[in-house]
Amino acid sequence: MSSQSLESKYTEEQYSEVDQYQPATRTGKIANYVDQRVGGTGMVREFGRKVFPDHWTFMFGEVALYSFVITVISGAFLTFWFDPSMSSTRYDGSYVPLQGVEMSMAYNTALQLSFDVRGGLFMRQLHHWGALMFVMAMAIHMLRVFFTGAFRKPRELNWVVGCTLLLAGLGAGFTGYSLPDEVLSGNGLRIIDGMLKAIPVVGTYISFFLFGGEFPGDEVIPRLYSLHIFIIPAVILILIAVHLFMVVTHKHTQYPGPGRTERNVVGYPIGPVYAAKAGGFFFVVFGVLALLGGTFQINALWNYGPYDPSPVQAGTQPDWYIGWFDGLLRLMPGYIGGVPLEFVIPTPWGGNSVATPVLVTFIPITALLLGLFVWPWIESWITGDKREHHILDRPRNVPGRTAFGMAMMIWYFVMWAAASSDLIATHFSLSFNDVLIWLRVLFFAGPILTFIITKRICLALQRKDREIVLHGNEAGVIEMLPHGEFREKHTRVSDYELYTLVSYESPGVTAARPNAKGKVGLLEKSRVRMNRTFFEDRVEPVSREEYIEALSHDDHGTPAELPAGSVGAIESRKS
Amino acid sequence: MKALSQKRRHPLAAVALLLLGLLLTGGLYAAATSINEAQATNAADAYSASDVEEGERLFVANCATCHGINAEGSDAGPSLIGSGAASVDFQVGTGRMPMQMSGPQAQKKPAQFNDEQTMQLSAYVASLGSGPAVADEEYLDVEQGNIARGGELFRINCAMCHNAAAAGGALTEGKYAPALDGVESRHIYSAMVTGPQNMPEFNDSNIPPEDKRDIIAFLKNNESQGVPGGFSLGSLGPVSEGLLIWTLGLALLIGSMVWLTSRSS
Repeated sequence: MSSQSLESKYTEEQYSEVDQYQPATRTGKIANYVDQRVGGTGMVREFGRKVFPDHWTFMFGEVALYSFVITVISGAFLTFWFDPSMSSTRYDGSYVPLQGVEMSMAYNTALQLSFDVRGGLFMRQLHHWGALMFVMAMAIHMLRVFFTGAFRKPRELNWVVGCTLLLAGLGAGFTGYSLPDEVLSGNGLRIIDGMLKAIPVVGTYISFFLFGGEFPGDEVIPRLYSLHIFIIPAVILILIAVHLFMVVTHKHTQYPGPGRTERNVVGYPIGPVYAAKAGGFFFVVFGVLALLGGTFQINALWNYGPYDPSPVQAGTQPDWYIGWFDGLLRLMPGYIGGVPLEFVIPTPWGGNSVATPVLVTFIPITALLLGLFVWPWIESWITGDKREHHILDRPRNVPGRTAFGMAMMIWYFVMWAAASSDLIATHFSLSFNDVLIWLRVLFFAGPILTFIITKRICLALQRKDREIVLHGNEAGVIEMLPHGEFREKHTRVSDYELYTLVSYESPGVTAARPNAKGKVGLLEKSRVRMNRTFFEDRVEPVSREEYIEALSHDDHGTPAELPAGSVGAIESRKS
Repeated sequence: MKALSQKRRHPLAAVALLLLGLLLTGGLYAAATSINEAQATNAADAYSASDVEEGERLFVANCATCHGINAEGSDAGPSLIGSGAASVDFQVGTGRMPMQMSGPQAQKKPAQFNDEQTMQLSAYVASLGSGPAVADEEYLDVEQGNIARGGELFRINCAMCHNAAAAGGALTEGKYAPALDGVESRHIYSAMVTGPQNMPEFNDSNIPPEDKRDIIAFLKNNESQGVPGGFSLGSLGPVSEGLLIWTLGLALLIGSMVWLTSRSS
C-alpha cells in the first residue's frame, strides 16, 4: 500500500542511483555503509537543522545533563568495589587510624575505595562533586526558567517534568549520602527516621517498613543502594528523555530582540557549530569537576568513623540541597516560653505523642515544593493570560513575578542558612542563639521585605529603561554652551538595544469577572487581589509618539516630517 | 550478742543503722576519690619552695585583681584553691590567662609568660590545695599511643563539640569548642584533666592516662598525616563543600558559558 505513494515520490532511477552510489574516500565508505543501514542522514537532517538561540543562561540545563552523565560514569566505577552490606567486619586496610576498628562492610569498602583502589578517591570525589553540581545546575536552570517566564504556555508540563527531576535529584543525592555508613550519614538517616516517626499514627509503621524494623537495623543500606544505583537514576534518565523531547517539540524560547517574534526562533542550527560547542562544553564541565575532584577533598568519611547511634559530631550537616530541611528543624523551637510544643494525646494504651516541632516543618516544605509544581497555573490564573509565549520576559518587566520569586528564594535561603547556623556563629564570632533568633525573624520578615524591595527595584529599572530610550545614555562629556550653561551630552542607544528596551507588554489590573450567575465569587475576589499586587504599580513601555516627541527635543527643531516606519528607522535617519 | 539482739527493736535502732550505712558508703567514697587525687597530684612535690614563692609574687602582680589576693576568688574570677598545676599550665600556657577581655569564654592568644614563669605560677596554685598535676612525660609520648583506639575514644567523647576532624564547633551563647590543630600535647592532656572553660572534666577514672595518651596520639597523627583528598576546606563538612560548588564551581561554569556563547566579532 505504501509502495504506491513511494513510487510517486521517487523514480526507479533515483533508487538505483542510491544503490549504486560509490563514495570516493574511506570515511565516505564507512559513512555510506552506516547510513544505508540505520538512515543517519534523516536524523542528522532533522536534528542538525534544529535552531537554538544563543545565550549563556540557556546552558545551565546542559550543565545539569553533563554533570549527571559524569556522575553516572564515576558512580559505575564505584560500584565495582563498593559493597552495600551492613554485616560487621574489622578494618584492615591501609588507613592507620581505623585499623582494627569494627565496622560495616559498606564503610569498609568505601574506605578501601578511598585508600586502596587506584584512582578510587579521585572517582569518589568526582562523583560527589558531580552530584553537588548536578543539583546546583538544575536549581539555577529552574531559576532562569522561572524569572524569564519560560514555564508559560505551552511549556507548563515540561516545567512539571523539571520539578520532578529536581526532586529525583534530591532523592539520588540523599540516598548516595547515606550509603557509606559512617557517623555523618547515619545521623542523616536518623533525622529522616525521626521525621518519618513524627507523622501521626502511621509514622512508626513507615519507619519500620523502610528500615526493616527498628532503626538502624541491617537492611536500610542495601535498600538505599537499589534506589540509588537503579531506581532513581532510571527515573531521572526517562524524565530527561521526556524533558528533551518536549524541548524539541516546543522549540527553544528566546530573549526579546530585533527580528525575534513569537513565531520564529533566531539562532544557529545544531550542526555543525552548536554540536561541536555542546560536545566541547561536556568536556569543559568534566574538566571543572575533575579539577574540583582532584584538588578539593569532599566527604572525608575516614574522619567520621563507623556509624554508631550514640555520637553526633559538631559540623554534622547534609549536602547543600538537603540543607533547608535540616535548617527548618533548627529554626523550629521545641518550646515557646517554657511551654513544650510536643504533647501527648492520652489513649487507653498509654498515650500517643504528637511531635509538633517536627510536624510543623512539613508545612513550609510542602508549600515550597507544591508551589513550585503548580506555579504555571497559579500565575496564569492570577494574570488571566492564556496565550502562548516563546519570547522570554526580562525579569524587571514582570515586577510581580520577579518579586514573588525573589521572596521565595530568600525564604529558602533563610532555611538553608539555618542549616549552617553553628558555623555562622563560630566563623563570625556570634552567639549561636542570636543567629537562630535572627534567622527566625528573617524567616517571617525576609520574604515580605524582599517582595517589596524587589518590586521597587524592578520598577526603578523599568523607569531607567524609559529614561535611556527617551534621553539616551549619559556620555560623560560636559559641554559649555556659549551663554555659559553646562550640559551633559547624551548618546542615543542603538536600534538593536532600543528594540530590547521598548518591546515588552505591561498589562494593567484586570477587573473582577462575574461568573455565570452574575456574581463575583470569593475565589475571583482573591484572584483580583493578587492581580492587583502584581500589576497595580507599573511602568508603561515607551510608545512611538513619546519617542518621536523625545527626538524632536533632541534637535531643538520641528519634528516636521518624521516618516512612518519603525522607531529604529527614525533613529537611523536622524543620525 | 544478747544485748544487741535485745536492743534491735529499740526505737532508735533504725536511725543508728542508717547512720552506720551512710558512714560506711561515705568513707568508702572518700577513700576511692582520694586514690584518684593521689594519682593526680603525684607531681606536686616537684616544685621547690622558691618556685612557689616566685609564683606567688607573679600571682599577686598579675592575677590577684580577679582571683583575689590569696586566690580565694572574687566576683570577677573563680577561686583557684584546689585548681591544681595542670589548670594553670593550660590557662596560662595557652595564653588564655591573663584574660584579654571578659566574654563568653577566654580566648587563646600568645602566652604572656615564659615557661619558667608559668611553672612558678603552677607551683604557687598547686601549693594552695591538692588538684590535678601537669601530665607525666610518659603519658605524652605519642609513640606509645594506640591511634585507632584514640580515634574511637575521640569520636565518642570529644567529636560532638570539637568536630570529627578536630576542627572545632559552636556551643551556645557565643561559646565554642576550639580547633585542636597545633595544640601542644601537654595542653591537650591538661584540658582533659581540668575541663577548662565549658569543657567537661575527664578525670583518670573516666578516661585513664593511657587512654588520654591514645587520644593525643590520634590528634597528633591527624596533624601529621596530611589531607588525603586535596584541600581540606577547613574540614568543616558539607557546608564548606556546598559553599565551594556555589562559588568556585559556579564561577568556573559561568565563565566558560559566557566564553562559549560570545560572538567572535
